[in-house]
Amino acid sequence: MKMRMIQLWSIGAVLLLLAALAACAPAATPEVVEKVVTQVVRETVVVEVEGEPEVVEKEVVVTATPAAAEAAEAPAAPTTYERSETLYTSGTQWGPPSSWNPFNRGGYAMGTLGLCYETLFIYDPLTNEYAPWLAESGEWTSDTVYELKVREGITWSDGEPFTAADVKFTFEMAEDAAVFFSPVWNWLDSIEQVDDSTLQFTFSEPLYQEWANYSYEVPIVPQHIWEGRTVEEIAAGANENPIGTGSYLYETHDQDRMVWVKNDNWWAKEQLGLDPAPTRIVDIVNGSNNVALGMVLQGGLDLSNNFLPGVATLVDGGYGVQTYYPEPPYMLSANTAWLIMNHSVKPMDDPAFRRAMAHAVDVSQIVEVVYGNIVQAAHPTGLLPIWDEYIDQAVVDELGFSYDPEQAKAILAEAGYEDVDGDGFVDMPDGSPIALKIIVPFGWTDWMESIRVVSNGAQAVGINLEPDFPDYGGYLDARLNGTFEMAIDNQPQMSNTPWTYYDWVFQNPLEDIATMQNGNYGRYDNPEAFDLVNQLDKTPVDDVEGMKAIASELQRIQLTDMPLVPLWYNGLWAQYSSAVWTNWPSSAEDANHYLPATWRGYWNMTAIRMLTELEPAAQAEASQ
Amino acid sequence: MGRYFGRKLLVYLLTFFIAVTIDWLIPRFMPGNPVQTMLSRAGLRAEAAEVMYGYYTSAFGLDLPIWQQYLNFWTALFHGDLGTSVFLFPTPVTQVILRAVPYDIFLLLPAILLSWFAGNKFGAFAARARRLDNTILPLGYILTATPYMWFGILLAWALGIVLGIFPVSGAYSYAMRPTLSLAFIGSLLWHWFLPFASIFLVKFGGWAIGMRNMIIYELEADYSHYLEDLGAPRKLIRKYAFNNAILPQLTGLALDLGVIVAGALATEIVFSYPGIGYLILQAIQNQDYFLLQGCFLFIIVGVLLANFAIDIAYVLVDPRTRIGMQGGAV
Repeated sequence: MKMRMIQLWSIGAVLLLLAALAACAPAATPEVVEKVVTQVVRETVVVEVEGEPEVVEKEVVVTATPAAAEAAEAPAAPTTYERSETLYTSGTQWGPPSSWNPFNRGGYAMGTLGLCYETLFIYDPLTNEYAPWLAESGEWTSDTVYELKVREGITWSDGEPFTAADVKFTFEMAEDAAVFFSPVWNWLDSIEQVDDSTLQFTFSEPLYQEWANYSYEVPIVPQHIWEGRTVEEIAAGANENPIGTGSYLYETHDQDRMVWVKNDNWWAKEQLGLDPAPTRIVDIVNGSNNVALGMVLQGGLDLSNNFLPGVATLVDGGYGVQTYYPEPPYMLSANTAWLIMNHSVKPMDDPAFRRAMAHAVDVSQIVEVVYGNIVQAAHPTGLLPIWDEYIDQAVVDELGFSYDPEQAKAILAEAGYEDVDGDGFVDMPDGSPIALKIIVPFGWTDWMESIRVVSNGAQAVGINLEPDFPDYGGYLDARLNGTFEMAIDNQPQMSNTPWTYYDWVFQNPLEDIATMQNGNYGRYDNPEAFDLVNQLDKTPVDDVEGMKAIASELQRIQLTDMPLVPLWYNGLWAQYSSAVWTNWPSSAEDANHYLPATWRGYWNMTAIRMLTELEPAAQAEASQ
Repeated sequence: MGRYFGRKLLVYLLTFFIAVTIDWLIPRFMPGNPVQTMLSRAGLRAEAAEVMYGYYTSAFGLDLPIWQQYLNFWTALFHGDLGTSVFLFPTPVTQVILRAVPYDIFLLLPAILLSWFAGNKFGAFAARARRLDNTILPLGYILTATPYMWFGILLAWALGIVLGIFPVSGAYSYAMRPTLSLAFIGSLLWHWFLPFASIFLVKFGGWAIGMRNMIIYELEADYSHYLEDLGAPRKLIRKYAFNNAILPQLTGLALDLGVIVAGALATEIVFSYPGIGYLILQAIQNQDYFLLQGCFLFIIVGVLLANFAIDIAYVLVDPRTRIGMQGGAV
């Protein structure tokens, strides 16, 4: 017996020893070495960019031994980042960074487009201005010809010069590969290179609004690197070690972070006098809300683009947390959340019923109770605040709606919806009962609370509506395939044109709604509206009056037929701390008004300028 | 003995086959479609979404008949290929998992072993001491009944946010690159401590309670009373009782070790610790068939190996099993 006891405990001891070994093992040595070597590739290229042909350099690097590499690396890449030189962000990345392909729009690592790859223009939604970026200028020389001058003196981060050929290549590549702007070739004829820096785009049917959208959304990639790639690699490859023109370079990544390091040779430093302040940007993969909140409070996060419920309390309570507006609504508005209704299910096919729903929802309760005032109620047209100038007030005065349960009841009664069976809820005019469900994904707590408000409002006017919470996949499936009854949705983000908004609301043809994944999930059918949206797309960007006229007609249709009900504007969630970095964007007069966002698609909507405006806090501590 | 293990092996292989089949089936019963979910996040223009949908569906082989998908799955599995993750496209699942697994082992192995060791010792010790039994064991009950998630949040709040001693997220400082330096290892351990402590304490309570009850039960057994009547020293009786009481605990330990790659799901989410746990959650939310399959495959293999290890351990530890195998009567 004694022997066996000793055996047992010795097994335990051996296992413990293993545990101790395991404790030292992770982040194993080979990985470290690998990282060191790739690091040197970059450093060498950057440092000796001017003179030598870089082929030679690459060979040097490949043959470098880890030991030599380590020695060479020592001054260049510290293993601990100075707190005062590092910007910590979060809110974009939901899983370990896995792709640096700027065409993989849902999955590329934070900053791939914006920090690394850049666009021809950047667009400022708050002032409605396009600032030339990789482009020097661009203009329509005739109705169908767009002439683009590319900025000179820009180099890719591997030292090759950036030219008009790269732009031509990027667009022509999209003709074969399936990327988000491939449809441009349905209306683009050809691209002529006039000289080293000038391109002429000739269109068969210019869609001005969409083209303006591409001018700040299409990432320009280097021809000399992307040329040999297959269409699959272009559309979906991981594109490790990305080579771009941008202000930051890939440094490293791990399961829970993405690290970018400043590109000292960034073209805009000389050409535009812009210099981003942080030496490094460390983007932290989103954990749960409590983690993001904890890190903001601990001062470990400088900019959080997470949705943090109750953040208003922190802003008002002197916790050193700042938002764009110091008072409600605290956040800029990024997109519109709608109540969408499935028109192929009765009684949602009836405009009167839909209008009754619009009057039944008390949005102020969603804004105040559910969100604690960090969102704003939507305008009846649903147009974001940045598109205020397109609102036709006369139409809204005539057809707009507001929370009014009595009005909702009156509309229902007039349309023949009455409580026949005496259960307290209205029934169809033919006497059959109405029982509807409204869905949002399980776990989206703010939306879950919101649809409770919606269904309470509906029940108060006699509509039998119950909230339901399938998981995200089930919600998405129901939405795409039109098997839902009511739902909340908020897909399209702010952009350069209300056309993207109306393109979403009136997406067509109806049979392709499921595969196109771009709106009108309620299957609203109105060829007149569809036609107006196309006309809007064909209106030149500077023809504001023309755009307004079409937008006005669309508003009339929308407010008459009520295909969906705009509820509130989801915020551009952004909370920042001034402990290490100051001069954040703010609504204050003396502050800058760039977008405080790291989200995909926002760097090129002026967020990159937020970085160039940041200033290190004077009293920043030296290390973490 | 050979026949004993031969039979066991057959049962294990059969279990593996069925478990893996279920593992393959379950994600596919979820409503929705992984490619849809993936594209919904991409914000594509209408026509492009259509093209991409076709591309990804064929890239993942989801356009094939279901039986063929199943056959392809087994073929790939025998080649060590678990497919490509949908949500972390285009990273291979094997790579995703292998990057995360070290963190799970690093976190759970010490937590499981230390809590087992300390819990059993303490339980056995407390079983004879009235005062301890009355004061500290209720604490054990509270600990073992605490959900990991809640306990984790409590620890993070108290020691992380209020006192500011420990970090609340990550595997090592966000300001560091992995190197073989003292500072880095220190940071690794510093970030490891809270998740470890939250698992250790909850498990510790469980083991201690189990052991304490078991010892009391054994002390009441006939053989104990018999020994007592023979005048055997108290220490010896307790030793016998402990040897018998440890057997069920050993089974529990093996089962715990079996789920080592995924046993810390809640803790990892609370502390943003980059193990498999957070990946499983994301894989479910993104309907990532392949990643989900891969994660569960590790669990299946782990549980089977652990059970097999118990079988062997019992032969070593429990003389009754050994005698039974040799055909002798007890």
